[in-house]
Amino acid sequence: MTADLFQGWGTQLFWGTMVTLKVAFLSLLAGLAIGLAVALAKLSSSRLLRVAGDVYTTCIRGTPELLIILLVYFGSTVALSAALRRIGGPDTHFEMPALGAGVLALSLVFGGYAAEIFRGAFLAIPAGQIEAARAFGMRPATLFIHIRLPLMWRYALPALGNIWISLIKNTSLISIVGLEELMRVSYVATSVTRSPFHFYVLAAVIYLTLTIANSLIIDMLETRANRGVRRV
Amino acid sequence: MSRPEAKTVLTADGIHKSYGDFAVLKGVSLAARERDVICMIGASGSGKSTFLRCINLLETPEAGSIAFEGEQLNLDRRGDGAARLDARQISRIRSRMGMVFQSFNLWSHLTVLDNVTIAPIKVLGVPKAEAKERAEGLLAKVGLFDKRFHYPAHISGGQQQRCAIARALAMDPKLLLFDEPTSALDPELVGEVLRVMRLLAEEGRTMIVVTHEMAFAREVSSEVLFLHEGKIEERNTPEQIFGNPTSERCRRFLQRVL
Repeated sequence: MTADLFQGWGTQLFWGTMVTLKVAFLSLLAGLAIGLAVALAKLSSSRLLRVAGDVYTTCIRGTPELLIILLVYFGSTVALSAALRRIGGPDTHFEMPALGAGVLALSLVFGGYAAEIFRGAFLAIPAGQIEAARAFGMRPATLFIHIRLPLMWRYALPALGNIWISLIKNTSLISIVGLEELMRVSYVATSVTRSPFHFYVLAAVIYLTLTIANSLIIDMLETRANRGVRRV
Repeated sequence: MSRPEAKTVLTADGIHKSYGDFAVLKGVSLAARERDVICMIGASGSGKSTFLRCINLLETPEAGSIAFEGEQLNLDRRGDGAARLDARQISRIRSRMGMVFQSFNLWSHLTVLDNVTIAPIKVLGVPKAEAKERAEGLLAKVGLFDKRFHYPAHISGGQQQRCAIARALAMDPKLLLFDEPTSALDPELVGEVLRVMRLLAEEGRTMIVVTHEMAFAREVSSEVLFLHEGKIEERNTPEQIFGNPTSERCRRFLQRVL
């Protein structure tokens, strides 16, 4: 039964799914860091930083994810080869690993969307709670870590959950640069076995399982973050 | 009033503050000695709250000087008149003044207990266990021990304000600032907060209270200041202010509110 279902591709599909998860989680971590940094730039008192942050989110949100992946993949290859020559290395064609390029591209994308979410969430914090922290002598770093961040988190979480689900699905785009993730493995399987519908449905079910599982995790995090909110 | 031996906790001298062209404070001065309970009364817009917020520099005064426990606050003017504040000094001074806000401003992501312990732990460096023990004592004192694991949104306004008072006390402040602490409360919850404040006054805490609660001002304060349009119109003992105010404006104000 199982053998029939996977037609001998079970192991590859499993490892493909693992690569998909690996790319998604690495991009999530890096993307959250980028998003936080860009959000703070957009909220900073420096005009230069604000403009830089705006340019970043406008560019990222205004271009297709697929294009960004290709730009990062081929762009980094060109840039790395040039850098290698510059420092006197051999005149070789240095190729960016597909995994690295994919994670970098998806982090940049996630960061662009997360920045807008974080910015809005920071602005949603009631001013009185920040003022109280200042009135108790909290210095900016303490205030940020113990008051601003946890308060912001609650406002940001629902929207972050949405872009996290998008990120999981966007990992499939990296198949275009040859990374052996779930989408790529399914594609290869369809061309070998000549049963495209079977393997694409299988891939869809696996993606759906991942996204549903993660939606449940997000719901749990939201419940936890909303402990201090009035129950309606 | 008649305790010349008492140590001066705070002196504010000639405080000026304006928003744009509108002058909110036109030279307000005040001296608070240990165990003083100074109530500031006056119509809304008279500058009472702004003055209180200038004391711990939540608002930066444009002119005037402030000294707290003998330490002069650094309010040096730059060329453009803005004060060049010393962040370290401000933080240190704020940590020795407790502030209670009109809208409580409890940190909504923290439980009642954590609201009381976080500033002592993170600002004063008090060990966690010690801060918790002290906080539990203070919560018991304001009648909130049973609610210590609740979040602010799940308790009443009166309870939130009592928690905010415990939070202020946890810093072991030399001066307590109250900014209309009962104005945001439903009438039936005002009493429980005033009872706690009365207790603090009886303990000999030094307090500056901006309030519309005339009965409280009359019974508890050592000195009452009546503000009108950014100036102190009358300052006197509560007996004098409420019994026989010298200023006509003060007399009319009290007629309206009493």
